[in-house]
Amino acid sequence: MADKKINLTLKVWRQRGPKEKGEFKTYEAKNVSTDESFLEMLDQVNENLVKKGEDPIVFDHDCREGICGSCGFMINGDAHGPQKSTTVCQLHMRAFKDGEVLTLEPWRATAFPIQKDLMVDRSALDRIVQSGGFITANTGSAQDANSILIPKTKADEAFESATCIGCGACVASCKNAAAHLFTSAKISHLALLPQGEVEAERRALRMVAQMDAEGFGACTSTGACSASCPKDISLTNIARMNREYLKASINRKEESGGGGDG
Amino acid sequence: MLNFLTSTVGKKYLMGASALVWVGFVFAHMAGNLLMFVSPDAYNAYGHALTSGMIIYVAETGLILALLTHVFLGIQLTLQNRAARPQRYAAAGSRSKGAVFASRTMAIHGTIILIFLVSHLITFKFGTYYETTVNGVVMRDLYRLLVEIFAQPVYVIWYVISLVLLGFHLSHGVGSMFQSFGLLHPTYQPVIRKLSWTYAIVVVAGFLAQPIVVFFIANEGR
Ligand code: HEM
Ligand code: SF4
Ligand code: FES
Repeated sequence: MADKKINLTLKVWRQRGPKEKGEFKTYEAKNVSTDESFLEMLDQVNENLVKKGEDPIVFDHDCREGICGSCGFMINGDAHGPQKSTTVCQLHMRAFKDGEVLTLEPWRATAFPIQKDLMVDRSALDRIVQSGGFITANTGSAQDANSILIPKTKADEAFESATCIGCGACVASCKNAAAHLFTSAKISHLALLPQGEVEAERRALRMVAQMDAEGFGACTSTGACSASCPKDISLTNIARMNREYLKASINRKEESGGGGDG
Repeated sequence: MLNFLTSTVGKKYLMGASALVWVGFVFAHMAGNLLMFVSPDAYNAYGHALTSGMIIYVAETGLILALLTHVFLGIQLTLQNRAARPQRYAAAGSRSKGAVFASRTMAIHGTIILIFLVSHLITFKFGTYYETTVNGVVMRDLYRLLVEIFAQPVYVIWYVISLVLLGFHLSHGVGSMFQSFGLLHPTYQPVIRKLSWTYAIVVVAGFLAQPIVVFFIANEGR
């Protein structure tokens, strides 16, 4: 496919720091190859800004392969842009038409304070994982793959839940800024496997408590999270989290010891 | 237990449980209304039977408690959710990555349903008390009141609007209830969505049959 060139107008949220007031600024992106990725297009815009002595647009990114979960912002109100099952680093400019006006905004949530421009602080998600998204026992080096037999359906489900890269698009796209999809994926991928099942109850209690403490909203089952998720994490994870949480609350015993501050 | 009830997950269990009480009641109420099409006497006798025992007080208490829970938690969750996203996005997202309309507006139709509920009780339960005799028993002639009320276009319009909104509320709510209870599974996901819509449409159609039929019969030949 021959590369085509398009011109775009970007309305970008510029905010100097967490406490500053932000505003939209308009930039022209000229001569953009449709083979470029969205972030490459922003790199170009930034180069021109630097040449003019202006502050470049700050956005998070790392792998640019859709696997690390660093990137992400809203393009015209869609988390990671218009294409389904795609992180913004894997989104290509052929998804856009010549002359389009794109509004770029950071994830907006009380639990995700804006650091600068399109970059937000997502450490709230890390703290949810720290509160219980792990297995305490030292499992040593990898053992023989067949020594613990797991039904294929369970293994597949656990694997699908484990594909969550922690990008935060679910929170960003939810009208309630709820982190239920993320948290439930993290609870599920461990709860589904025998190694994780042992601590499933404590995990559910602590991770839900941490999620609420971070100031995320509640779930209205709108499904916007799953629709925006680059990894297509399913809503059934949230149902599993709710079941796990109910079960854990009924069986709740006095918590003793253990790591984390859930 | 307190931790459970104050968590966002536990609150949704309560929200769903309180909704389930009303989902059951609304269906029974709709089915009872259809007796009007059997005969005025059957309709009045059914109403009389329902209100003459002690059971009515138990049912009413349950319904009121469930409604208070539902409304109280609905308000609390809505405030909590707004606080979690104080600043809205400048651009509205596309439909493919968004949420269905009904699910975004639960608190709005919910509020109108509440207003409707109060006005509905004032109009009917505490409305004019006519008497009639069915098989020698003196009882309330609710049928007569209903025919009077539904002959008025304004009331019929208000009734239709409220019920369509209830339908929206339920089209999302019933499915969401399953989700809140943790009863969503890949196999049942499409079924639950269809069930939600079917329930909503049956309930709305069942309720609307009454005012619409009465309105056209009452205003025939005018
Ligand atoms: C009386 C006024 C009402 C108000 C203010 C109201 C409000 C709400 C709100 C705000 C929600 C969303 C909860 C959330 O985001 O988590 C909701 C959910 C729901 N409502 Fe209502 N509602 C009302 C009446 C009703 C009635 C009469 C019914 C049933 C016939 C009903 C059925 C439902 C259902 C099934 C849900 C979903 C519950 C869940 O997700 O677990 N509501 N309601
Ligand atoms: S569930 Fe999906 S949208 Fe949410 S953090 Fe994980 S990968 Fe991102
Ligand atoms: S930069 Fe790693 S997922 Fe986009």
